[in-house]
Amino acid sequence: MTAPNRIVFDHVSVSFRTESGTLPVVDDVSFTVKDREFVSLVGPSGCGKTTMLNILAGFVLPTSGSVTLDGAPIAGPSPDRGVIFQEYGVFPWLTVEANIEFGLRLRANLKSVTERTNVCDRYLKLMGLSEFRKAYPRTLSGGMRQRLALARAYAVAPQFLLMDEPFGALDAQTRTAMQDLLLEVLQKEGKTVVMITHSVEEAIYLSSRVVVVSARPSRVRCIVEIPFPYPRTESLHEKPEFLQLRSRIRDLVMLEYAAQEQQTRDAAPH
Amino acid sequence: MISASSYKKGLALLLPWAAVVAIWTLVHYSGLVKPTLVPTPAQVTVRFWQLLSNGSLPLDMLISSRRVLTGVALGTLLAVPTGFLLGWYKSVHFFADPLVNFFRALPPIALIPLVVVYFGIGETAKVVVLFYAAFFSGVIVMYEGISQISPIYIRVARTLGATDGEIFRRVIVPLSLPHILTAVRVELGVVWATLVASELIAAQNGLGALIQNASAFFQLDVIYLGIICIGLIALAMDLTLRKIARRFLNWQERISS
Repeated sequence: MTAPNRIVFDHVSVSFRTESGTLPVVDDVSFTVKDREFVSLVGPSGCGKTTMLNILAGFVLPTSGSVTLDGAPIAGPSPDRGVIFQEYGVFPWLTVEANIEFGLRLRANLKSVTERTNVCDRYLKLMGLSEFRKAYPRTLSGGMRQRLALARAYAVAPQFLLMDEPFGALDAQTRTAMQDLLLEVLQKEGKTVVMITHSVEEAIYLSSRVVVVSARPSRVRCIVEIPFPYPRTESLHEKPEFLQLRSRIRDLVMLEYAAQEQQTRDAAPH
Repeated sequence: MISASSYKKGLALLLPWAAVVAIWTLVHYSGLVKPTLVPTPAQVTVRFWQLLSNGSLPLDMLISSRRVLTGVALGTLLAVPTGFLLGWYKSVHFFADPLVNFFRALPPIALIPLVVVYFGIGETAKVVVLFYAAFFSGVIVMYEGISQISPIYIRVARTLGATDGEIFRRVIVPLSLPHILTAVRVELGVVWATLVASELIAAQNGLGALIQNASAFFQLDVIYLGIICIGLIALAMDLTLRKIARRFLNWQERISS
């Protein structure tokens, strides 16, 4: 009955070597992500959460422990894991259309011209960018660039979507619209998603589970199941259960922020 | 409507030049300097027609342009890969940066005696001086540009499945093009400025030689003419490059117009 585990973090620790010694950023983290789950990591800023996402993306190796994808260790970046970076990284020298088709011109997922056009048309439409297919990114708004990054990631048909504060740079209205668009797209083409966010509200609204992560080094404080069924709509935000869950998780996160502040104060030179 | 605005624009473009000619004329007639020391624009124009019709001026312009372009072409050819290495590999930068700055600081004119010893007084020697000037100014621009390329694009390309070769062709090359064009523009400026020095080396022709020969005979109008020609050709080349940049780099946020 239960879906299989697709991502398994098993006692994962990461430390970086710095000039003043080793700096632990992730400490003994274990959690799993099942097929088609949407898991959010929330917690104080610091490099821990991003490092966890970078392990999944294939940019960083754990110092100890293991991270497996469908049972196999991660060897490096691959088009089966789409990554949405906070700063989007849309290619400024390519038109909207060429940005979406970028992945489909690579040997790893080479497609014919007709297929490319079809895929491109589909995501232009889905992301509401059809009018801008020949435009360069400099003419697009932040929300549109975000949609373009999502379309480009979707075009190579990844099974996983890894997002590092994808909506962090957007204004409140655009952010809400993008959250709904993401839910809508995921409803149509399901992915297994891991997202980092600072917004507890956003984490609850989008996720099936929320992992609360501690201040540096990152440890898993607790994992909260979000019981609301998909498809979700904005009215969810006003439900008492939502509000209860929000204050519970917010309290947990605030404790971690306080801990982090204490750390910073202790580390400050006297 | 359109013709009126383009007429205005043309006028605005001509205005600074007209002002320079006016001030120049004024200086001649003002009595502040001996009139014989400042030829009038008319005298220079007469000289221009004279040298144009006997064919010597076009030849000088052609020869100087060829030297400049050869120097810039060779300089760019070496500056681009060197700039890549410096911008891309921190260790290479660490070792090579002081060297680059040492050689860049040397005025090419100070190297001329050595260039004559090693390369003689022929065409090679002149091109070597210009190449030197082009390379060291170009390499700095390339290095600064390449080291500013944001690693995010490379990471994105990797997550989409790009190989190293594909990242180079499809990400690094398009991102480097604006820097290459800027490098060429900077080189052209520096190399035209170095031209007269390079033509100190026993040059029979070229605009630098024209100026130096004229100075030996105190032909001030010819000196003025030579200087103006250098400025105008350099300006024309720069405008052409900017046009090319606008044509191929219209994706950029900001393009100097």
